[in-house]
Amino acid sequence: MAQPNDFGFGEEAAMLKDAARKFFADNLPVAALHQLVADNHDPDRGPAVAWREDLWRQMVELGWTALAIPEAAGGLGMPLVAVAGLVEELGRAAFPCPLLGTLNATFVLAACGDRAAAALDDIGAGRAATLALTNRDGDWNPAATELRASGGTLSGTAWFVQDAGKVDRLLAAAHTEGGLGLFWVDAGAAGVRVHGDAIVDLTRDQAHVSFDNVEAVEVSANALAALNTAFPAIWTLLAADIAGAAEWQLQTTVEYANTRKQFDRPLGFFQAVKHPLVDVMIGIDEVRSLLYNAACACDTEPEKAGQYAHMALAAASDLAGFASSRSVQYHGGIGFTWECFVHLYFKRQKHSQALWGDGAWHRARLAEILLDTAA
Amino acid sequence: MSASARKDTPEQAEFRQYCRQWLAQHKPGEPPVRLPQSPLEIMTEPQLHYLQAWQKSAYEAGLIGCDYPQEVGGGGRGDCQRIANQEMIAARTPFLPNVIGLGMAAPTVFYHGQEELKRRLLPRLFSGEDIWCQGFSEPGAGSDLASVQTFAERRGDKWVINGHKVWTSLAHFAEWMILLLRTDRSHKYDGLSYFVVPIRAALGKGVTVRPLIKITGETGFNEVIFEDLEVDDSYRLDELGKGWQVAMTTLLHERSAGELQTPRAGGMKSGATHDTNSRSLIELARTTRRGEGRAADDPVLRDRIMRAVIREKAFEQTLRRSRNQALLDHPMRLPLQNKLLASELAQEVADTALAVAGAAGSLYLADDNAPAGGQWPMAYMNSFGMTIAAGTSEVQRNILGERVLGMSKSK
Ligand SMILES: Cc1cc2nc3c(=O)[nH]c(=O)nc-3n(C[C@H](O)[C@H](O)[C@H](O)COP(=O)(O)OP(=O)(O)OC[C@H]3O[C@@H](n4cnc5c(N)ncnc54)[C@H](O)[C@@H]3O)c2cc1C
Repeated sequence: MAQPNDFGFGEEAAMLKDAARKFFADNLPVAALHQLVADNHDPDRGPAVAWREDLWRQMVELGWTALAIPEAAGGLGMPLVAVAGLVEELGRAAFPCPLLGTLNATFVLAACGDRAAAALDDIGAGRAATLALTNRDGDWNPAATELRASGGTLSGTAWFVQDAGKVDRLLAAAHTEGGLGLFWVDAGAAGVRVHGDAIVDLTRDQAHVSFDNVEAVEVSANALAALNTAFPAIWTLLAADIAGAAEWQLQTTVEYANTRKQFDRPLGFFQAVKHPLVDVMIGIDEVRSLLYNAACACDTEPEKAGQYAHMALAAASDLAGFASSRSVQYHGGIGFTWECFVHLYFKRQKHSQALWGDGAWHRARLAEILLDTAA
Repeated sequence: MSASARKDTPEQAEFRQYCRQWLAQHKPGEPPVRLPQSPLEIMTEPQLHYLQAWQKSAYEAGLIGCDYPQEVGGGGRGDCQRIANQEMIAARTPFLPNVIGLGMAAPTVFYHGQEELKRRLLPRLFSGEDIWCQGFSEPGAGSDLASVQTFAERRGDKWVINGHKVWTSLAHFAEWMILLLRTDRSHKYDGLSYFVVPIRAALGKGVTVRPLIKITGETGFNEVIFEDLEVDDSYRLDELGKGWQVAMTTLLHERSAGELQTPRAGGMKSGATHDTNSRSLIELARTTRRGEGRAADDPVLRDRIMRAVIREKAFEQTLRRSRNQALLDHPMRLPLQNKLLASELAQEVADTALAVAGAAGSLYLADDNAPAGGQWPMAYMNSFGMTIAAGTSEVQRNILGERVLGMSKSK
């Protein structure tokens, strides 16, 4: 199937993106964000869950958490390109909330078939969710879980669970007698314990979650199939978050380079500053082009979605590192302080850079597709 | 239906159909001689004649100059050159020899020339009967183009030109030159004026063209010396002292960021045997032996190849995205990246191919054992022509930083 020339990104998607931008800018401008998440600079600080739950409620009211639920399952069934636009704005605002986790869970549930209908209804009813798939090593393969399920209950620990302190439900992968299953779990159920991780990123929380004979609903007995279907969308949205955050880093650093003077010139006069900032811009544009191509493939050309999403996140992961390093470096001493907002994005991007596979990992997967399978 | 065909207007759809049918029947046969990798390295008459015949037939069929008005020899269509370009590329036709004419001279003459001049010059430019060249660079004026010293002095209603141009691609075959020169030495920018000059007619009579040999061993560019060449005032484009503004029109189109689309033909190179894109890079990696396995099994090469593949896809998708307003911020942000991205991508792909080829990357055109007929070392060397010509990559980054990001001018 061919993709539409315009990526299928039309007026409705543009309106959603604009609305999101306005919502984040009005409700949590960067100074307010800093106040909210950066009140404790102690490097030995413990885990924290800093967010505005009231704003999250408003986002739920606006329908943003139900965007990706298929129409057949009672949701809005918005194309992924439109959701990607919203997520770019989320990244630009470095907004702390469980939106990505909830959308990610939606993609996996939507790939599970009928047994996941009730779980999708939960999300439709405004429950926030996140994925619990990863082992202690942080393996990026979609199903490197350590959990085991038997007799309808889950045991073991899931690691690197994103925004676990903000969600109502967990979508966990677990080894079963028959293979690998997916389970829908109430985060408040007896036997679930969320152990917050002390992380660098201030705009997210993360935890390892232990399960001790926890009652869970099996929503799929073939986790791999569902995860493989869903992961292109998951990778694509992370790329969108990174692109949005990188655009903030670019604009903020350019503004500084245009105002700060040294040697009687604005910093941007010097090509050792100017040219790498242009390269950040080019990097953002490459990622945006790749991620809308990947999103459009998820919408209209699923057989290519995995390949294109690897491309998008490989480029995005590298960009997250590059844009971050340049944003701190070109702010000089002030960029090295806790008080300068640049660190919020630096830390978010470094977290994103290694979240669902880094550049080298995605290129290695892409190489398997392009170099090892018949031409 | 191809992806590009989906959003065609009815006029475009009909025109696309027409192009496709015409190309199916009239795409030229195999060239009689080895062709260079780009029109800028056309060296011999047989190469030129083969390519000129192709351009003429494509023009007569209406595939070139589609969006120019009929009065100046165009097709009088709207937004159709794009369509013809896509179809020519898809049909893998040979390239068009009159690139500088089509890409730079035509839009410049069209926007800045007098009516009578346009009617006279453009039809023969479109048909490829008159090859054009661009006389901008000089020994002392490269990136700092506005420092050109070639001078035109007024004598009655004539101008007398003296000066020295270098790196003038295709001057050895060109009838006409677009010429940036100085008519006033006291103002750097406002002292510049712009002419079209019939250089072939003046060979030996005030114009000398001498070939320069390129890094690849090919010819293709030249130095051009003017000694008391007399030209008519009617060959001036726009007003006296407006040469810089006119040159901006040329440069904008040279970097594919102008209003009028440049006719582009297909990917057929060197006897249509070897492309130098990421697809052929992958092919090379799959077929090159390294130890017990393939070069494609080496983890470091795999990573490099995928970087190149991803970059090529990003470039393709950026061109696609630049046509959807809703996905753009600053209007010039993507168009001004085109030339930089395309040239650096070509360089990366060829560089990676040489790494994949390993020892065999040392073999050049005349060696029977050379992978892809020796096109990869050739492509790698030629890629520097692309990152240097038409505004170096460094100058492109200045332009992007200044025009798009608003940073202070580096000069
Ligand atoms: C294959 C080829 C075909 C060409 N065809 C034509 C043609 O048909 N007509 C024509 O008029 N010209 C042509 N040129 C000339 C081309 O436009 C110039 O070579 C180019 O503008 C650079 O000028 P230069 O060679 O004098 O290098 P310079 O300007 O001397 O530059 C040398 C190096 O210094 C860097 N540099 C210069 N200024 C700056 C700055 N401000 N900031 C940072 N770095 C800087 C450059 O990027 C480059 O790396 C062609 C060149 C090539 C390679």
